[in-house]
Amino acid sequence: MSLSQQKFLLYSSILLAGILAPFVFSDYTFQITVLWLMILFALTWDILGGQMGYNSLGNIFFFGIGMYVCALVQVGLYYDVATYTSATGGAKLNLTPEQYFTGLGLGMIAAACVSVVFAVIFGWVVFGLRGPYFAIGTLGFTLAAGELFGAWEYVGGGGGIALPVYPGEPDDRSFFFYILIFVLAIATFLFLRWLYSGRFGLAANAIRDDEEKAEAMGIHTLRYKTVGWSIAAFFLGISGAVFGNMVGFIEPLEVAFPTVTFGIFMVVMCLLGGKGTLWGPVVGATLFHIFKEVTWTYMLGWQWVALGGGIIILVVFFQQGLMGWAQDKWPERFGLTVDKNVVAHEKPEAAQ
Amino acid sequence: MLDNISLLVQAPLLNVQLLLDGLFIGAIFALAAYGLALVWGVMNVKNLAQGDFVMMGGYIAWFLTTKGIHPFYGLPVAIVLMFAFGWVVYITIIRRIIDKDLFTSLLATFGLALVISQLLNLAFGPEVQVAESNYAINYLFGGMVTVASIKFIALILAAILAALVISFMKLSRMGQAIRATAQDPRAAKVMGINTERIYAFTFALNAAICGAAGALVAMIWVIQPFFGIGYAIRSFVIVTAAGLGNLPGVIIAGLGLGGAELYAGFIFGAELQQFSVVGLLVAVLVWRQIQQRRHRQAVQ
Repeated sequence: MSLSQQKFLLYSSILLAGILAPFVFSDYTFQITVLWLMILFALTWDILGGQMGYNSLGNIFFFGIGMYVCALVQVGLYYDVATYTSATGGAKLNLTPEQYFTGLGLGMIAAACVSVVFAVIFGWVVFGLRGPYFAIGTLGFTLAAGELFGAWEYVGGGGGIALPVYPGEPDDRSFFFYILIFVLAIATFLFLRWLYSGRFGLAANAIRDDEEKAEAMGIHTLRYKTVGWSIAAFFLGISGAVFGNMVGFIEPLEVAFPTVTFGIFMVVMCLLGGKGTLWGPVVGATLFHIFKEVTWTYMLGWQWVALGGGIIILVVFFQQGLMGWAQDKWPERFGLTVDKNVVAHEKPEAAQ
Repeated sequence: MLDNISLLVQAPLLNVQLLLDGLFIGAIFALAAYGLALVWGVMNVKNLAQGDFVMMGGYIAWFLTTKGIHPFYGLPVAIVLMFAFGWVVYITIIRRIIDKDLFTSLLATFGLALVISQLLNLAFGPEVQVAESNYAINYLFGGMVTVASIKFIALILAAILAALVISFMKLSRMGQAIRATAQDPRAAKVMGINTERIYAFTFALNAAICGAAGALVAMIWVIQPFFGIGYAIRSFVIVTAAGLGNLPGVIIAGLGLGGAELYAGFIFGAELQQFSVVGLLVAVLVWRQIQQRRHRQAVQ
């Protein structure tokens, strides 16, 4: 079997598994939806974190922005937002199916657009920062956004917003959102696969390896960084819009800007799978999510301690991740050519 | 918001209250930020667990008061215990990440922060705690300004601690070795300094400073397992604003942050106080960037 046939088999089996999963494990549709969401998170974090070497701790910002923008559009199309949010959870919006789907569609488009706009503005502010300053700066931005939304009465403040109710059966509802997230994750993967194979991927890796030299070679680094971040913001914004509707209720710190949960998970998943590789985030997210779902409820409050310890061990001892480790072990399977002379030169004791 | 500002103009004594409180809390921020600047400057590790070290020190002092020991005696205990803890953390974790890239230290200490705050939560519960010192509360200006005696005492203690640490760094043999290692680790090694030991000592010293700051926080303010990240962010704000190796700058920035935070909390309301801290961080980073852009350099 040739390599392309193997790839075809792999992709089609993943697609098939993705489509069949909600029918086979119908009790776990929500968890499987979150799995695809996690894969999307890890993939979008890797655009900057892995490929460009800009380790952001604040990508979850776009998720929250998308969620809020979509909610405001959905409510604002048919109702006055200020009165809706001030009626503390008592008001329920019951829309006709047509109104609901128009609102959701427009909301998703608006979420994507606003996220990209924010990515450009926000990127202009933070891309002068390097290394740890970048990480701290983006973390600060996201924490600030969460606090700000929590204090902003127009969007419901700390109490949050309840979203319009899905017009249909609960089973249809969960399947509908599953398909949305699934398609979104697959689209993200295919788009990034195309993106990395071209000029963008090369430029991004050049920025990661040495930004000054890349700039000297004529790569407009700020433009590439902004474009990379806008792509991440685009997909994160839409995913936030869908996830907000799936949960049905937006709360600023736990749902919209969950910096210490989802925001950190996306970094950990990338590290686990191996950052800077196409498949690494997917593998890392899958393993992390399955492990978390299986063990989380049995640890009785110790899960966060375990997560923190896991991060330390991962970062200290296993930094290249699963895919990075595999790439070192079997380079030819990844289409890399290894110059035996160079390797022998670097490790004299291994060659003899 | 405007009402609050006009209130400040009409009742100038409120300013005195805010400034005094800002001074008391700012002194503690400056202490924690000094520890961060020390570790950052000497071994280039950005410690995101800084705030959780502070909380640990606070919990040690608080735990001793529940056993009937006055927080004054809790302070040295916190210093000693945290020094030992810092040494252990260095040997188990920090030693392995010193020569890795910078994001590694940030993420590893973030994991550490998660572990510490969750363990504190499991051990002592999520309630807000305070170490009672049972001192009188003084009323100045005919009752318009209230200041607890413990706050004055804590301020004096913070000043003494800062003076001790600074003179230790300037005068002692160990302090000299630490400064030499910060300047050039290789040259220091050639001169016969055991840099590994210096790193361990520096990290432990930082933890001890944080422990002292935490015990003071427990006396004059409140502690809670998840307040740590706030102190870490404040330390980063102070060190970034002051610049590394600028000790007077750290103290002034610390006091300034204390005042700024209380003013922001008063003017914008308490729900935006947290926002003002992180907002200041972003503002400081943007300002540093504009400064660096003039030299055509990035902030790194």
